[in-house]
Order: sequence, then structure tokens, then C-alpha cells
Amino acid sequence: MKLRAEKLTLEIGKRVLCRDLALEMAPGELWGVLGCNGSGKTTLLHSLAGLTAPAAGRITIDERPLAGIARRELGRKLGILLQREDQEFWGSVREYVMLGRYPHARSLFGWQADDEAAVEQAVAAFDLTALATQAYVTLSGGERQRARLAQLWAQNPPLMLLDEPLQHLDLRHQLQTLELLRAATRASGAAAALVLHDLAFAARCDRILMLYGDGRHAAGTAGELLQAGRLAELYGCRIRSFGEGADTHFIPVI
Amino acid sequence: MSRAPLIVVLALIALGSVFVALLCGSLSLTTSQVIEAIVKPVPGVVDDVVWKLRLPRVLAAFACGGLLATSGVLLQVLLRNPLADPYILGISGGTALGALGAVLLGAGVVGGNLAALAGALSAIAIVFALSFRAGDWNLHRLLLTGVVLSAGFTALISLLLTLAPQAQIRGMLFWLMGDLSHAHSSGAAWLVLVLVVSIFTVCSGSLNALSLGALKARALGVAVGGLQSALYFGAALATVAAVLLGGSIGFVGIMVPHALRLAGVNDHRWLLPASALVGGSFVTLADTFARTVWAPQQLPVGVFTALLGVPVLLFLLSRRP
Repeated sequence: MKLRAEKLTLEIGKRVLCRDLALEMAPGELWGVLGCNGSGKTTLLHSLAGLTAPAAGRITIDERPLAGIARRELGRKLGILLQREDQEFWGSVREYVMLGRYPHARSLFGWQADDEAAVEQAVAAFDLTALATQAYVTLSGGERQRARLAQLWAQNPPLMLLDEPLQHLDLRHQLQTLELLRAATRASGAAAALVLHDLAFAARCDRILMLYGDGRHAAGTAGELLQAGRLAELYGCRIRSFGEGADTHFIPVI
Repeated sequence: MSRAPLIVVLALIALGSVFVALLCGSLSLTTSQVIEAIVKPVPGVVDDVVWKLRLPRVLAAFACGGLLATSGVLLQVLLRNPLADPYILGISGGTALGALGAVLLGAGVVGGNLAALAGALSAIAIVFALSFRAGDWNLHRLLLTGVVLSAGFTALISLLLTLAPQAQIRGMLFWLMGDLSHAHSSGAAWLVLVLVVSIFTVCSGSLNALSLGALKARALGVAVGGLQSALYFGAALATVAAVLLGGSIGFVGIMVPHALRLAGVNDHRWLLPASALVGGSFVTLADTFARTVWAPQQLPVGVFTALLGVPVLLFLLSRRP
């Protein structure tokens, strides 16, 4: 499944965040979206997910305009991990993850075996098995983030947009999440875009989108765009690089 | 987690409350007399009391309670505000204004009901027109519009009460407090109750998703705009059906859903039918109190729903860590 944006313009209030953006997420691709705070990363993801209408431009999934796809059907094609959730959830972790099966539900009463299986798999993938029956509100910040990721995993859409998927996670779970995303894109032909602030993880993406927040943007392979000079310009601070090729690392100069 | 056993227990409690309500009254009946009158009716006094006097009123009380509790659940999901109750959107105010205005003008029962319905529909239309723009609800505006409109209706109702002749004030006050002594034909209310509860129980998955917020629900594949409209009109319909039957019976719509949530029933698949059953049983019992405690004097049922409800809710709240 292919997600394509053409001539996309994003605005917040009177400010133009991004002008004439062209983007194509093809199966197997892992995208890293980089930019400063307020540069429009979340707005871009919301627009691509059909949660907010862009100021201008066209977004299609396999050539079908996003606006013409029924919401439930869209939920089977595309899933988004929101950066924050304002509302508390009343049930257990498993019940929370189960909500991800909403667009797949065929029966009005109860879930099918494949729903249960998808949920168990997602719960296990994010190390939540021991917490599955615990109330969601008792989870720590990182555990909640894993539950949200597991919910998206249970939803299992071929197109995934993740807004800061690694926030609150400990190092091991950051790695694990990235490996799972890598595996999902490489093995099952999914496509995912991640908003990231960690350049070590951005280096594991296939393609990079940089948003400057003033209408400019740059898209390309990780090798092309992840360079100290470009990153310094993007973030407005000095950045030094170490190593070579796949083993390049970036750190800010303090 | 399946709550089917709970629903069965609540249904039995509901049947029990109906039976108790049939048993109690100014003419004391024994259990066997009531059972006999229900199972094989023989023309006579007992039969008349059970079938013509008590059963219609009990059915009306149950329908009212079920409708108000259901409407409360729907509005709490729609507004994502725990304080939402069936009266928050000004619908009952509009209904009351229509009903009381008709009383004041000396309209009969039919005229009164039509005026009440007209009041309700205009309140629903005003709130909808002001809050729903371009396929999207602004929930803050919806809540505030409802609250402001309610305040306006309250002022107009107070005006009507001051203008009303002494003889009519008592009846009007009873109506405002919620009173089932004139409620007899509850067929329409039952139809609305069964329809609204079954439709939204079937859609309970989307209600569960919506309780996480509109954005999250949309991300999970819920058509939020349509669902919110359905919730608004479902809740409005339930409220109007209840208020037309029994006036503004307070406290049921806010108390019953919260009591069930505090008891651990949160999944809307179970919360909706459970609320309808508990709300119905609760008002049925409250109305039984209202007509027997001070017999032959009949008290407004609204007083008892609050008197019985406040301690229960306070207890449940204090038990919560």
C-alpha cells in the first residue's frame, strides 16, 4: 500500500510550516521525520492520517483520495500513534490494546479468534504480558507508551505513522521498538514514518524528511541527509559527526 | 471481560422492584394475590388495582428511570464530562417551559403534551444549530450553549411560576420536581428506551473508543462526527420521552451511570443495558416510596430519587481510593 502526498501545504494559524511537500511512502520503507519543536511534524502526521485537513494539497492511498475513504476502512489501512492522549482509560491493558481491533471487528458482540490472537501477539511483542490484566491507569509513562504501541500493533495497518514512538521508553525498549518497526517494514511490506529526535535511531531509517518549520523541507535517503552540516542547519546548533558509513554518530557540541 | 451474569442479576432485581411496586399501595395486597392477578386475571378489585392502577404507573416509572440513566451515559460519553446529565443541554428546560406554559393557558392533557414536545424540539434545534458547524461538534460550545440555554429556561419558568394563579402552582412544582402520578401510557417511552439502548449497545465499540477522545477515536477508525450527532439525538430523544412522561425527575441520569462505573462496569457494551436496568429499578422503587410513605398523600418522585441517591453515591465515592 502506498501513501502519497502532492503539493502539500501545512499551516498553523497564519504560519506556513511546510509548502509544496511531495512525499511517497512505499511498502518496505521506514521514514524518519526530523525537525525542531513546532516545525510541523505532528501537523504533517495528522494530515497524512486524515485527522486534520491540510491547507492545500492532495493525499492519496493507492491513488484513492484520503477524504473518499470511509473512516473504518481507513483504520484498516493506516494507523497513527498520537503523541499524547488526554483521556484516561478505564480498563485493563488488554482491553486498551483490544481497542486497536475496532476497525477489524466483524461481529457486533465479542471478538473473533484472530482479534484475540492479534492482541496477544501485540501484548507479547511489547513485553506487556505480565501487565495485561492490570488497570491501564496504574502503568508508568513508559509502560503506557508500550501499551499505545501495542494497540497500533494490534490494529496492524500496512501504513503506520508514529509521533515520537520512542518517548518515555527505556533504552532496551527503544531498540526493541525500532527492531519491530524495522521487521514490520522489511518483512511484511509495511511502510512507517516516525517522528524522532534521536539521530542514532534516525540513522536506522531508510529515508529522512526534514521540516524546517518555515515552509522549507528536504527529503532523501538517510545517507544523503544525515550530515553534520545539514543537521546543524536544521536544529540551529553545532553538531559533530564520528565514524563512517553505517557507523556514523552525531552529537551536539556542548 | 464478560458482564453477562451481572446483567442477568440486574434484570432479576428489575423484576423484583416491579413486583414490590405492584405489591405496595393504599390497598394492601398479598404476594399470592398479585401473582394470581398477573398469572390468571379474574375481574374484580384486585385485578383492577394491579392492571389498571399500579402496572401502568410502574411501567411508566421504570421507563422514565431507564431513559434518564441511558441519556446520562450517552451525554457523559459525548461531552466527556462526568457532570453531564440529561438536563445539562436545556432540553428538559424547554420541555418544562412548554408544559407549564400550556398549564397556565389552561390547555388540556393533549395540548399540554404537544406544547411540551414543541418546547423540547425547539431546545434541541437551538442547541444543535448553535453547536454543530460544518460537520464537526465543538464540545465546549455544546456544553456552554446547553448550560446557558438551561439558565434562560429556568428564568422563564420562574417567571411563569410567579405569574401563575395560586391553584396551579402546586401542580407546576410537582411537574418540575418529577411526578409520575399522571403517567399512564408509557408505550412510546418503552419503544424509545428499547431502541436507544439496543442501538447504542450494538455500537458500544465506538463509544469505548470515543471515551479516549475524539482524535484518538478517529485514529482508531471511528466516524466521530456521525457518532456524536447520533449520541446527541439519541440522548435528546431519551430525555424528551422521559420528561414528557414524568417531568424533570432529577439525579437518576447522573447517579446511576456513575454508581455502575464506580462498581467497575465501564465497558459500554455492559454499561448501557446495566444503566437502563438500574435506572428503571431505582425510579420504580423511589416512586413506590413516593406514593406509600405519606399515603394517601402522593409525593413527587424526584424528591425520593435525590434522597435515596445522594447517600448511595456519597458512599461509593468515599469508598474509592
